Amino acid sequence: MAIGGRDHPILEQIPHLRRYAHALMGDRARAEDLVQDCLERAWSRFHLWREGSNLRTWLFTIMHNLHANAARTASRRPQTVPMDESSFVAPTRAAQEDGLEIASIESALASLSDDQRQVILLVGLEGMSYQEAAAVLGVPIGTVMSRLHRGRERLRQLLVGAGGTALRRVK
Amino acid sequence: MIARPIGDDDIHAYVDGALDPARRAEVEAFLSENPDAAARAAFYARVNEALHQRFDHILAEPVPKAMSRPRRWRHLVSPRGAAIAASWLMVGLAGGWLAHEAVVEPRVVERIVMTAPQMPQLAAIAHAAYASEVRHPVEVGADEEEHLVRWLTNRMGKPVKAPKLEPLGYRLMGGRLLPGAEGGVACQFMYENASGQRLTLYIRTPSKDQPETAFRFATEKNGLGVFYWIDRNLAYAISANLPKDELRKLARAVYDQLNA
Repeated sequence: MAIGGRDHPILEQIPHLRRYAHALMGDRARAEDLVQDCLERAWSRFHLWREGSNLRTWLFTIMHNLHANAARTASRRPQTVPMDESSFVAPTRAAQEDGLEIASIESALASLSDDQRQVILLVGLEGMSYQEAAAVLGVPIGTVMSRLHRGRERLRQLLVGAGGTALRRVK
Repeated sequence: MIARPIGDDDIHAYVDGALDPARRAEVEAFLSENPDAAARAAFYARVNEALHQRFDHILAEPVPKAMSRPRRWRHLVSPRGAAIAASWLMVGLAGGWLAHEAVVEPRVVERIVMTAPQMPQLAAIAHAAYASEVRHPVEVGADEEEHLVRWLTNRMGKPVKAPKLEPLGYRLMGGRLLPGAEGGVACQFMYENASGQRLTLYIRTPSKDQPETAFRFATEKNGLGVFYWIDRNLAYAISANLPKDELRKLARAVYDQLNA
């Protein structure tokens, strides 16, 4: 198989990497940079990928590690200190019965922690199994489940609003 | 009759289609009797649906060419042998304040990302602060070059030189002392060409444990480019609002002179 050939298996994953990066970063330019960096690395170390193993997981893992490195670098830089998790998103009262409009999903996503957003997107958008998400993020499956639960509940709080009937807890 | 209790994980797994048919039937039975849990499940499902509605259009976008093929290995060919040639790879940092590019050798990249995150930023800040100065771009002018170089060498504690860039059209304007990281000092030489394009060479002592001689490039969004590397216990960065290829030529010239 020619590297970079028209039907190289990496190619069919690129749209998915881009979709995930856009949703994760919430910023087109930064998302494209992340995907570009991920692919540079993937192309140059494709020989390290074991044929038969999960290429999608391999690619998303590379991207996750790059993103984590960048986040660590950014956290050392005073001018790019991340905003407080929730202070910049006002809870949006539901206009629809199911309490979720497309426009508000993005700002609500942005108010989640990186950890929660990653899991919600890998599972809910990219359709990964919990095992695959755990492999990409390098955490146990139980951690995936708890991040998924906390993240989705946080979204519910933001989008349906406190006091809404949907908020009543189920034990 | 429910064999196992239904928990949060089951509700998520139900929404995400991760249950086998038997368990799915159990969860469905549970949800039909627990409207609050059913509302949560419906909300989770709606989130997944909204994510697709919001982001699926990206799948249909044409993929940029640069993503769909390996970048060619780019050696800035060095006559000094393979060891130096290998270090002249263009590598980049991911994301952040500066946009970086051209990752080539992953292992080298990892090391660099962890060890030298600050160099291009410091150089870019110093460039932005002083290259735009009309009246006081430098602290000591090129007419006192000998004094300037001696002074900076003393303050840096290591021999620094102001490379000659006249053959490339850049004349030395002078230089200045700057605060460095970790309580140290840094310095900056400034050059100008006939059309007023300014170029700065920023020099500092590298942090402890930084590996020697990796040649890297970073760009800032406003077009400022920075080539930087570490060599013989000093870290160097060349900054200018120039196309990368032009800046690379200048960086090569500086590197060659410092190693002559």
